[in-house]
Amino acid sequence: MTDWPGLEEFLRTDPRDVGCDHALRILHVYVDLVLSEGTGSAARRYPGVAAHLLACGPCSDDYDGLLAAAGQAAGDDHA
Amino acid sequence: MSGQHCLDADSAQWLRTLQGSGPDRDRALARLHALLLRVARSELRRREGRHPVTGPELDDLAHQAADDALVAVIAKLGQFRGESRFTTWAYKFAVLEVSAKLGRHFWQRPATFLGTDQWERLPDRLHLRPDQLAEQADLLAALRQAVEEHLTDRQRRVFTAIVVDGIPLDALVVQLGSNRNAIYKTMFEARRKLRAALVANGYLAGPDGGPAGLDSMRRSS
Repeated sequence: MTDWPGLEEFLRTDPRDVGCDHALRILHVYVDLVLSEGTGSAARRYPGVAAHLLACGPCSDDYDGLLAAAGQAAGDDHA
Repeated sequence: MSGQHCLDADSAQWLRTLQGSGPDRDRALARLHALLLRVARSELRRREGRHPVTGPELDDLAHQAADDALVAVIAKLGQFRGESRFTTWAYKFAVLEVSAKLGRHFWQRPATFLGTDQWERLPDRLHLRPDQLAEQADLLAALRQAVEEHLTDRQRRVFTAIVVDGIPLDALVVQLGSNRNAIYKTMFEARRKLRAALVANGYLAGPDGGPAGLDSMRRSS
């Protein structure tokens, strides 16, 4: 058996993973849920999205960026 | 996820103003563009070190992303269902535009990222310490063999480009004229097959902690 956790982690796939299209379609909903109720709550509500964000670098990057943008001052919200 | 949710006051105001006309709408458009531009700039700066865009070129890319995001927001305004704040929904377009534009920009200077024998850099990409390299040489060889023997041509091409050559997924999307979801699914299947091959050959533990044997290998092929 190997002791190369990086490779094992990279090759591991989660059958709950919803893929990029679905994850990006509701990314704004997921992000607002994280901001209002926390990461655990969002992951429980959308386990397939959470699984995808753990495995997909580009979508995870978009999530981090949107989380940072949406988490900024609430004053931005005013039209 | 269908139907209109109860809008918060700010989101309702954005929607009402943008669906209206006259000076109020013009001001809202200008305000929204300014917000999208700020998000695009922040996002490009947050990703600094992973792309070569700097200075005036970075600002130009941010403007392009904000312009295209605003067009997308207006075109899809009728699709906003109030499942999130309006601004979170709108900011998503700016973030996705930044990703897409960086993917296209990669090919303007690909030589800075690509080398010749990239397989030698794979252990570093997958976080193997140099002192472990010798003891994992057999595994690396087995992985390379599995890539050759168990992947389809398409899976091998995508795996090699992303994992071995280090091409960003969004850049590969541009090169192959594909989309992120299709490339990800190809990689997903490739990862599943390679793991099954390495488990079958005793290099990785199976679901029960031991080698999974040939049955598992056949299921994944």
